[in-house]
Amino acid sequence: MKWFLIFPLLIVLLIGCSKVATPSAGLEPSPNLPTRLSISTPQAQTLTVFAAASLTEAFGEIGTIFQDANPTIEARFNFAGSQTLQAQIESGAPTDLFASANKANMDALVIAGFVDGEAPRLLLTNSLIVVVPLSNPAQVDSIQDLAHPGLKMVLADETVPAGRYARQVLDKASRDPAYGRDFASMALDNVVSNETDIKQVVSKVQLGEADAGIVYISDSIAAPDLKTIPIPQDINVSAPYFIAPVIDSTNLDLANKFIDYVLSADGQAILQKWGFSPVR
Amino acid sequence: MKSSKVINVKRFLDFESLWIFILPSLVLLGLFVLPLIALILRSANPHAVEDAFSEQALQALTLSLVTSLITVVIAAAFGTPLAYILSRLKSTHKTWLEALLDLPIVLPPSVAGLALLLAFGRNGLLGSQLELAGIHLPFTSAAVIVAQTFVAAPLFVRSARVGFSHVDREVVEAARVEGANQWQLFTEIMVPLAGRALASGAMITWMRALGEFGATILFAGNLQGVTQTMPMAIYLGFESNLGVAMVLSVMLIIISILVLAATKRLENHTY
Repeated sequence: MKWFLIFPLLIVLLIGCSKVATPSAGLEPSPNLPTRLSISTPQAQTLTVFAAASLTEAFGEIGTIFQDANPTIEARFNFAGSQTLQAQIESGAPTDLFASANKANMDALVIAGFVDGEAPRLLLTNSLIVVVPLSNPAQVDSIQDLAHPGLKMVLADETVPAGRYARQVLDKASRDPAYGRDFASMALDNVVSNETDIKQVVSKVQLGEADAGIVYISDSIAAPDLKTIPIPQDINVSAPYFIAPVIDSTNLDLANKFIDYVLSADGQAILQKWGFSPVR
Repeated sequence: MKSSKVINVKRFLDFESLWIFILPSLVLLGLFVLPLIALILRSANPHAVEDAFSEQALQALTLSLVTSLITVVIAAAFGTPLAYILSRLKSTHKTWLEALLDLPIVLPPSVAGLALLLAFGRNGLLGSQLELAGIHLPFTSAAVIVAQTFVAAPLFVRSARVGFSHVDREVVEAARVEGANQWQLFTEIMVPLAGRALASGAMITWMRALGEFGATILFAGNLQGVTQTMPMAIYLGFESNLGVAMVLSVMLIIISILVLAATKRLENHTY
């Protein structure tokens, strides 16, 4: 009978815990926050940057150059999906600035009071491109070929920004007589999988399981073993990325210095090298 | 009856020292129970019924139930003979074979999915042979079943193996003396006596298959009504429709707890 005694205790525990529940309980922050352990000298300043996963390569390079120019500064990066980063910042992760691949995630932080409403600045824009395996089994040579019956195409799911953009491209093409009104519906009929993130689309095409996929240009630069077919500008999208310091930053000067650098001609040139469109 | 009560009173008097055991237990129990309660509390809203009957939820539920039940049938059909052979092998021979069969249980599902793609994908090891036979597995419901079988069937084999090896040797010897052949021994002695182990193995396999996510998303992809199982719809729900995700989660929890409880009852009566 003694195990009955556990229940009142469990209830006490439950009540105790429900009091500290945060409003954003639905979003679980992932544990891959940068550690606060520092091996640097005490006078070195640390800049913590939360940036969208697609910026991994470009910001890695910018970080190295930024540190070389400012030897007393140590830049740390946490790369993840913008929605994950937003959840982490909302649950109090210590960070100095946030680079989002999506306006919605930045706006949510402005509304929640983590970012000043005037602060977000346009960082770059990203466009889409069609990727096919090097062997090109379905002989895709043009955007029109995406509507060929029997082609196996993978896109990011509609819930993922890249997936929404890919559908916008197909819709825009349908309004162009060069593609035909049925283009979008025929191409969407060829979709064999809606992947949960854009890197999965890249992998499926790399493995040759899919005949074609639509990804960000920056993804195709990071995966040079794929054949690419450019999407004309008139049917392409330009996905804006935003960058802003976080209000609680203890290194606001440093954060602004970093932002100034990525928006400078040098910073934008590096972004361009990794497939992004500069904003200046 | 009386004596057991006396013991209980004695234990109760010893309650203080039990705290050493109760407190850590409560911490762990809290960790298990709190997230479930949070999920149920959040999903209990006016939209829950509407979400439960949404097309996406119903398609995911149907696909999950159909594929996981087929997985159980495959696991039983092919796993029972395998477990039977394993139970009759000398222990020196089977260590590596058993380790191999347990591997999918501990392997990260992402590794399983990648391995399946490299074996049965279009450019995989058997890809060209399958292509010749007109079979294209990735992105089909069949791929969902293959992925589920890969990760879940070893649980059936393990349970069946233990069940078979617990059958009394003397019963087997007696049957042989009576002139039972291999098939009769299997169907009339081994399967009935290991029945509970087989049944609980099937249920555990079913639950594992129902919850399969990592291998499926890599090998089968995600297409509503074709390869989008419940765990997949739940994962995508984080981004779009949290209501559907929560309702499906609660359904999955309810099915799982019922089946697991039934399995525990079976297991407690087995030996």
